Amino acid sequence: MPTRTELLDERAIARTLARMASEVVERSGGTDGLVLVGIQRRGVELAYRIKRLIDKVERTNIPCGKLDITLYRDDLQTIGPKPVVGETSLPDLDGRVVCIVDDVLYTGRTVRAALDECTDFGRPRRILLAVLVDRGGRELPIQADVVGVTVSPTPDERVDVLVSELDGRDVVEVARGGE
Amino acid sequence: MTATAGLGKDLVGLEKLTADQVRLILDTAEPFKEVSERQIKKVPALRGKTIVNLFFEASTRTRISFEFAEKRLSADTVNVAAVGSSVSKGETLVDTARNLEAMRIDMVVIRHGSSGAAQFLGDRINSNVINAGDGKHEHPTQALLDMLTLRDRFGKLDGLKVAIIGDVLHSRVARSNIWGLTKLGASVAVCGPASLLPRGIAEMGVTVLPRVEDAIQWADALNVLRLQLERMTAGFIPSLREYNRVFGVTTERLKRAPKDLLILHPGPMNRGVEIDSDVADGEHSVILPQVTNGVAVRMAVLYLLAGGRPGSSAALQGEER
Repeated sequence: MPTRTELLDERAIARTLARMASEVVERSGGTDGLVLVGIQRRGVELAYRIKRLIDKVERTNIPCGKLDITLYRDDLQTIGPKPVVGETSLPDLDGRVVCIVDDVLYTGRTVRAALDECTDFGRPRRILLAVLVDRGGRELPIQADVVGVTVSPTPDERVDVLVSELDGRDVVEVARGGE
Repeated sequence: MTATAGLGKDLVGLEKLTADQVRLILDTAEPFKEVSERQIKKVPALRGKTIVNLFFEASTRTRISFEFAEKRLSADTVNVAAVGSSVSKGETLVDTARNLEAMRIDMVVIRHGSSGAAQFLGDRINSNVINAGDGKHEHPTQALLDMLTLRDRFGKLDGLKVAIIGDVLHSRVARSNIWGLTKLGASVAVCGPASLLPRGIAEMGVTVLPRVEDAIQWADALNVLRLQLERMTAGFIPSLREYNRVFGVTTERLKRAPKDLLILHPGPMNRGVEIDSDVADGEHSVILPQVTNGVAVRMAVLYLLAGGRPGSSAALQGEER
């Protein structure tokens, strides 16, 4: 059995996302040309939540897209192909301020792949990164612009982000052992 | 269904695959459809892989489709046609492939006139081998694209009735379709001149319908095979006109169908022989969507084979050193 330590509960996640939403707008210099792009799968749900939070305050309708980075991974040879590749559907990125949203930032390899994929779709004016959890352990020189919460787990600990759209409840927890 | 199950080293035919493996390919093909709709129709998944398209038989559609699939996955490709290569100087298939392998390739897509050529090659070289049609044996990617097209239109294959019309005897497309469709729960019937139906075909789990009218009454979809014109000189059928009169899929015949039938054809078509132009260009024809799906299915197969050598890729690398 893995031991689990709760990091954020439902209300804490809601508060964190609300702060992140206003920081995203602040860092992008307003909502003009802002586009949110979630990384499959939980990043997509978080991106849509941040979009709704921004839209409510700013009375906007921020374009929001989804990105599956499976085909841009650098480890096809070592881990083999993931059987089912998720959907990628992006709004126009040319000249926009693109904010990539993901649940956990760890090695930075997912973000590296997402940057490559975004630039194949257009030429954004600027790309920002917003993550709910920064857990350290970077293997590439990549950092987030907007961070929900920072933790320093050991390498054998895993940070799990559950979202109600996919998992039935909202929680961020650190799991150790098991699975 | 797990990722490690994969497809193994080669794709020789659908007969040897499990239903889960066939489903895996079709499901993996779905997101690849979208890649071909992008402005930059390219993803880096197979960057650095070298693929040889080794075509010992004429092919336009299949070769180009494979080539697009390879290029859209960022692989490097080389086309070798039998004419103008050392094959015409009498080199054997294995020698040709071994020489290519000595240049450090990763995959071979092979089309060959002899049944079993893909299996033969796959057993003898380390590279992944994909069968692009071997003799009268199988043409797995064609059947997969047919199945993907059927699944697009009907939502599922389980319980679907598909009639394959025409020269079943010489058709690797028919054979691969029968294996694949029956594995996923579809019912398959074949219909054609007795001289062009293989003996013992019923043992593959299909119904034999003697008249094309019966097939039209029964089916949800018709897969109309190309009548290979050289069959006429070989005496399998009396004449093309006669064939069209008895087995041609015509507007008049389709009018009497109890429902609208989906029309598939693997191409190239002989308009006015096995299929009328009105039918081929009609609203229920999915002949061009089949071609579009062909690229996605081939991308899926290449992608799954490229990483799908559980445990063996390290061993192979060790061998090369």
